Amino acid sequence: MQTTFELLKTFTEAPGPSGRENTVRDRIAEHWTPLTDDLCTDAMGSLIALQRGSAPAPRPAVMLAAHMDEIGLIVTGLEGSFLRVHALGGIDRRVILGLDVIVHGRRPLPGVIGSRPPHVLSAEERRKIVSWQEVFVDTGLPAEELAGLVAVGDHITVDRELVALKNDLAAGKALDNRASVVTITLALEMLRSRQHAWDVYAVATVQEEVGLKGAITSAYHLAPQIAIALDVTFGKQYDDDRPGTFDLGKGPTIAMGPNFHPQVVERLKEAAKAEEIPYQHEPVSGGSGTDAWGIQVAREGIPTGLIEIPLRYMHQPVETAALRDIERAARLLASFVARLETDFRPQWEDEA
Amino acid sequence: MSDTLITTLQTLADLTGISGNETQIRSAIKARVASHVDSLHVDALGNLITCKHGTAENPLRVLVTAHMDEVGFMVVGHTGEGGLRVETVGGIPERLLPGSHVWVGKDHIPGVIGLQAIHRAHNNGDQNAAPIENLIIDIGAKNKDEAQEAAPLGTPITFATRFREMGALVSGKAFDDRAGCAVLIALLQGERLPCDVYGVFTVQEEVGLRGARVAAYAVEPHVAFALEGTLADDLPKEDKDVSPTTELGKGPAITVMDRSYTAAPRLLSHVLKTAQAEGIPHQIKQPGISGTEAGSIYATRGGVPALTIAVPCRYIHSPRALLHPGDLENTLRLVRAVIARLTPETLAIA
Repeated sequence: MQTTFELLKTFTEAPGPSGRENTVRDRIAEHWTPLTDDLCTDAMGSLIALQRGSAPAPRPAVMLAAHMDEIGLIVTGLEGSFLRVHALGGIDRRVILGLDVIVHGRRPLPGVIGSRPPHVLSAEERRKIVSWQEVFVDTGLPAEELAGLVAVGDHITVDRELVALKNDLAAGKALDNRASVVTITLALEMLRSRQHAWDVYAVATVQEEVGLKGAITSAYHLAPQIAIALDVTFGKQYDDDRPGTFDLGKGPTIAMGPNFHPQVVERLKEAAKAEEIPYQHEPVSGGSGTDAWGIQVAREGIPTGLIEIPLRYMHQPVETAALRDIERAARLLASFVARLETDFRPQWEDEA
Repeated sequence: MSDTLITTLQTLADLTGISGNETQIRSAIKARVASHVDSLHVDALGNLITCKHGTAENPLRVLVTAHMDEVGFMVVGHTGEGGLRVETVGGIPERLLPGSHVWVGKDHIPGVIGLQAIHRAHNNGDQNAAPIENLIIDIGAKNKDEAQEAAPLGTPITFATRFREMGALVSGKAFDDRAGCAVLIALLQGERLPCDVYGVFTVQEEVGLRGARVAAYAVEPHVAFALEGTLADDLPKEDKDVSPTTELGKGPAITVMDRSYTAAPRLLSHVLKTAQAEGIPHQIKQPGISGTEAGSIYATRGGVPALTIAVPCRYIHSPRALLHPGDLENTLRLVRAVIARLTPETLAIA
């Protein structure tokens, strides 16, 4: 069996820019197929896997959603032997100069985000954060060859290997949100050998980074009785420990606020306590900016919860998380699912 | 021949050696040249000084340098939470740093440079990159003690970049000046030339051309060549009339003048005539930009005619540079031919 680090490496290093998730989807499907009873890809491209529950049919279903898409770049033009690009999702232009990328042309091409040498720039120009108008990608190919291989609209992803830092931390690209894909994978493994009454739909959603699209459509399709979204949240960093950041290594967060059904939140906390899984409380005053926000208003409304992994340097190619938080989130998720009684439905305090 | 040059470049580029910490590079070079030279020693600053005698047809002593050091960082402090504070060693624009993976210390401990998430960063319309004093390298240490233990003050840090081929080009870190080192190694591995060749792999170029200065004093050459990986600005830009400085694939760049020196006219003319006679593609680097070791060599003792011959590289002083393998080969061809054709008369030495 792969270690959590190896699994995270497998998933984070696979390309899957919003709208072109096929490569990472194939990799996830390989891991989910032996863990589930049925598996399909929906019209939007989300990967849906079913692990059947033990209750007699018709059974209630819980949806576990983690987005598999990542932020990237898109080709806007060719200029000689260089590519002009724009952001695909919220990629951070403060961090992209000098970055290794893969251009997904007719075949994958290694590239680098170039910049003019400091020697020919003024002191003022050297200090400036690069504007999108100045950003270009260099593949080392001559103009004619490049034109035959790359077209406007082709996607570009960051090329970065996952590395192990001290104290069980891992750093790389696309931990937002492949860390949560790992969480679901580990939870599916646990639920394989643990009885659960409810059907479990594991969903790797598409296009979260461009507006939660895959979550909205897959929740409609599945119409689950409960949905748990899994995502990353802001980790405490050396230069940012204000409210709204969470310690790495102290467990996943359980979110609370209008985006979440109070009884689902309670159940998550109970599951954590029952199995002595450390977690952190995350108040979210409005939109959570996650799949949970889209799922909650699918169809006639779905009771929703959110588990998040604290992550440093979000949307940068050095996203950093603690492996044990990912493992704890998986245990929390499995425990929550296993404890759902067949006839349980989230209710309000004032409901009889 | 090109395989050897590229393989050497790859090996050297993947090693780490910031200014003052060139040991890894020196060891790798020593292993490659020791059996091809007649003498070899390391001087007080760490320069590797080799001599390959000529065939005794020509009394000239020729110095050829390439610097081993690369730009990088040094640990200058630790935060209470376990982050590393650093300063740059040599010139690296700060806007290139966030988002980088780095290797900390000789064991290459992985580290990352991140910023506050863009979602949370207060930006009062400031379009300037974060200054280095605001950046922190994260190795995952949980407190100051652990950080100090893993990366004490003075620990060298480099970009974590591995060599790779890219289209028609090759890429990696520290091509400035491992490209020059690869050419000089190949020159020394090749056949004897008519004159004595002092191949010197220098230290501390990036912090002020310091290694070459003392090596030139010690060798006391009649003529000197600095081999470099120099900047190429053959890149997209708003003003199309701006000079590309140098261009990839157009051959070695010959420096007439940069911020550190002006080439001796007789030597320059000899180099250009040689290139033409041998049919070696070459280009003149746009004058007035950057400085090279020729600048610290030419004013040594009573003065030494010196000239910089360089391999054009895109994105020097960044995590990944690109060069054209053909330029590397043609630089070697040109340097060999230039030295082979040198005579005391060329330099007007009586």
